[in-house]
Amino acid sequence: MKTMITMVRSLAAVAALAIASPAFAAGAKVEIDYQNWSFAGPFGYYDRAQLQRGFKVYVENCSACHALSRVAFRNLAEDGGPSFTEDQAKAIAADYTVVDGPDDFGDMYDRPAILADRFPSPFPNENAARASNNGAYPPDFSLLAKARAPQRGFPGFVFDIFTQYQENGPDYIYSLLTGYVDPPEGMEVPDGQYYNHSFMAGQFISMAPPLYEDSVEYTDGTPMTVENYARDVSAFMMWAAEPHLEQRKKVGFRVMIFLIIFAGMLYFTKKKIWRDVEH
Amino acid sequence: MAGHSEYVPQSAAAKWLESRLPVISLVRGSFVDFPTPKNLNYFWTFGGILFFVLIAQILTGIVLVMHYTASTTAAFDSVEHIMRDVNFGWMLRYLHANGASMFFIAVYIHIFRGLYYGSYKAPREISWILGVIIFLLMMATAFMGYVLPWGQMSFWGATVITNLFSAIPVVGESVVIWLWGGFAVDNPTLTRFFSLHYLLPFMIFGVVLLHVWAFHTTGNNNPTGVQPKTKQDTIPFHPYYTIKDLFAIIVFMIFFAYFVFYLPNYLGHADNYIEANPLVTPAHIVPEWYFLPFYAILRAVPDKLGGVVLMFGAIAVLFILPWLDTSKVRSGAYRPLFKQFFWIFAANAVVLGYLGAMPAEGIYVIMSQICTTIYFAYFLVALPLLGFLEKPKPLPASISESVLKGGSGIPVGVAAAPDTK
Repeated sequence: MKTMITMVRSLAAVAALAIASPAFAAGAKVEIDYQNWSFAGPFGYYDRAQLQRGFKVYVENCSACHALSRVAFRNLAEDGGPSFTEDQAKAIAADYTVVDGPDDFGDMYDRPAILADRFPSPFPNENAARASNNGAYPPDFSLLAKARAPQRGFPGFVFDIFTQYQENGPDYIYSLLTGYVDPPEGMEVPDGQYYNHSFMAGQFISMAPPLYEDSVEYTDGTPMTVENYARDVSAFMMWAAEPHLEQRKKVGFRVMIFLIIFAGMLYFTKKKIWRDVEH
Repeated sequence: MAGHSEYVPQSAAAKWLESRLPVISLVRGSFVDFPTPKNLNYFWTFGGILFFVLIAQILTGIVLVMHYTASTTAAFDSVEHIMRDVNFGWMLRYLHANGASMFFIAVYIHIFRGLYYGSYKAPREISWILGVIIFLLMMATAFMGYVLPWGQMSFWGATVITNLFSAIPVVGESVVIWLWGGFAVDNPTLTRFFSLHYLLPFMIFGVVLLHVWAFHTTGNNNPTGVQPKTKQDTIPFHPYYTIKDLFAIIVFMIFFAYFVFYLPNYLGHADNYIEANPLVTPAHIVPEWYFLPFYAILRAVPDKLGGVVLMFGAIAVLFILPWLDTSKVRSGAYRPLFKQFFWIFAANAVVLGYLGAMPAEGIYVIMSQICTTIYFAYFLVALPLLGFLEKPKPLPASISESVLKGGSGIPVGVAAAPDTK
């Protein structure tokens, strides 16, 4: 009996391990600087001010190279996002030019963007992007916060089930943006590349350190440090990748409450129905 | 089935229908009056849970198809369209993607329940074999479904798995080109996988009906493995097992919802949020977690054909399992030696899953070889021999007797007690 319980226990532990194993099938060891995110956990929500600051960092610092092609201007004014007013979102859109057409004469023409448009990309295609960036391709920001997940290792990924840790992406992006440290003694850094101890795809990254103190003006009194810029833009990218996160967690809580109460009622119903059966 | 129905049509309309097509007595005989052993434990609820998950997958899938586009240029975008623009599209997709994992969690528990309690033994061999066919169809469906979002893992997973067929001597290369519909995984591959991914679930549904038909003909197995002897041993399916299954389904839904709403990407791979790119190979190509044990077996031997043969053999051996187990005793609860081998086998399967996620190098290859040997040895050596070597514990005279003993705390059969609750 006792051995069986031990066996079941160890089996359960290993089972959790096997279920989670895809989580750590990633590349080399990277330095991750874990942050506290407002959107973590069962009641997570996006910090509106943070998303707005992060958006500002994106526009002023990143958008010259990185596209945001799956996000529409209307999304900026939608629930669960940075919550710009519709007028603000319209004004933001109007700053961008998009190609439309063909017109009645068959010509394509430029016009200011409207809410229905998505963010125009800085380069017409990947080759153009590479040509301007020393052969490296600056990835689109729309999904990046979900497309990067450094390995968690054992036993971290088992605990992740219970802590609901899903913030690998923003933690990685934050770490990368603040991960430009001096290379170890004697290491040769190739021309046009930079040492970064958080980069998943190798030690050297083609992106120059993108953030500098005081480079983006914050108007709400938040200190204008590299760490704050990195944190805010990572949060913004999480929203860009998962715009319905708040709705998901809110609906989820109601679903859980309903199911737990329903299951409790069914349990007692079952007990009552079975009361006369020896089993 | 219908034979178990005590239904006598009362109204004129019911009499009219029954004399032409006896569906009312068929349903009543199968799911209302059907005599079911009264000692089934909660492991037996996974059949109902699986039926629920199958229906949930079909329903969410049908709606997803309304918004999905099967084309290499549009598939990834259409999935993001579902996630961002479709009302509650994120919920549909997360339900469907996590639903696949839930399906496999439930089916693995269901299979291991069958292995432990000897549900595959006479007279339930056909039920078991149909179950293995369902398992195969599920694997095909899940594999092709994973290709549809056209992310990096979709593309490279499809490339690796379809390439396995090139190991077939002589015709291998031709078979792969035929499967792809071209010279690489491309648009023709995606569109045929989409078509088959929509077709196979309905085939699964059909085989599920046969699976149920078969064990409703033989009667359910039960934790003692002893066939019901008198009316005292069974109870009607409704209301006893309808309420118990429903309760279990709702509890399973809590588990399911926890992943959908709080850990929707936990069971997936981050690389699948990168659009497929035939020119960039991911650092590690790993299949979905539920294929990992078989993936480990595939990579255990350095020879490609050998690996493929072993991997398919790992499932093929399940087909002949009813004839490999020589023990006269069905339930593992009365087989002290078998029980130990069973838990070694179960732990071994989990370790294989772990190895499948590791790179195929160094110590992992050696461990995969050991675990693969244990996997096959369980079926081909342990089960045939145990029937002769093992001295089983005395079986209860009937289900009722085992229930009464378990309830009164008499030490006999205590090992089975937690299972028979």
